[in-house]
Amino acid sequence: MDAIKESEAATAKNRTTVEQTSEREIVVTRTFDAPARLVFEAWTQPELFKRWWVPRSIGMSLLACEMDVRPGGKYRLAFGNDPAKPLEFFGKYLDVVPNARIVWTNDEGGEGGAVTTVTFQEMGGKTLLVVRDLYPSKEALVAGHGAEEGMPEALDQLDELLRR
Amino acid sequence: MVKHASPRLDASFAALSDVTRRGVLEQLGRADASITDLAGKFDMTLAGMMKHVGVLEQAGLVTTEKVGRVRTCKLARRRLQEETAWIDRYHQLWDSRFDALDEVVEELKRKEMTDGRNKRE
Repeated sequence: MDAIKESEAATAKNRTTVEQTSEREIVVTRTFDAPARLVFEAWTQPELFKRWWVPRSIGMSLLACEMDVRPGGKYRLAFGNDPAKPLEFFGKYLDVVPNARIVWTNDEGGEGGAVTTVTFQEMGGKTLLVVRDLYPSKEALVAGHGAEEGMPEALDQLDELLRR
Repeated sequence: MVKHASPRLDASFAALSDVTRRGVLEQLGRADASITDLAGKFDMTLAGMMKHVGVLEQAGLVTTEKVGRVRTCKLARRRLQEETAWIDRYHQLWDSRFDALDEVVEELKRKEMTDGRNKRE
């Protein structure tokens, strides 16, 4: 029990920051109280990745999580409540430097997809994680941030609207 | 806690996901226009443009008003500005992810410590 409380206290101290650094780029940061190799492991092992990528509040489970984490390797994430109609996210890894950096494409949205760069910087046993989403244009950023979050509902609603 | 995405915001984002509809918003940002004007500018049928304007209207991004036989479209400015709140939602998404990642990382840390002890014994 104490271990859980301690981890909660650590979580409370670490802040997530989000900043739009240009009309094409969004940067998210957070510090983790652990060496970079552990944060990297949690990001690159599918069994671990599955446990944190989809926020619980969304109430959807990850149906498939295939990750070939190496330069040129592909990934595919599928989630949703209906296995017959999964929501898919896929792309390929452009660069992978163990315990330091992962770069991947987001290809589900076609040409408007962002290139995501994650860096793991270890300092005194803690790791500063920086996630950069770089979109090909400012319009793609506007379309993309909506897609990232409201995707399933948004698509359903658009379907509905277009059928009227 | 991250709240479930609001249907209105989702409709807005969905409406913004189409290149023609974004073009229509840009156009209306410059001046009000009739459906016929817009259809001409975007080289579309009247019916096709009405559908797009319908989606934008449903999402609350555009308002239309019929005067005589002409339906004029305007940008619903106030609503569009509200959408800049997206950055808060982005923050909530990542914060929620990272809280869960924190738990996973803490577990790995504990496991490593235990394994280390076992190896020494």
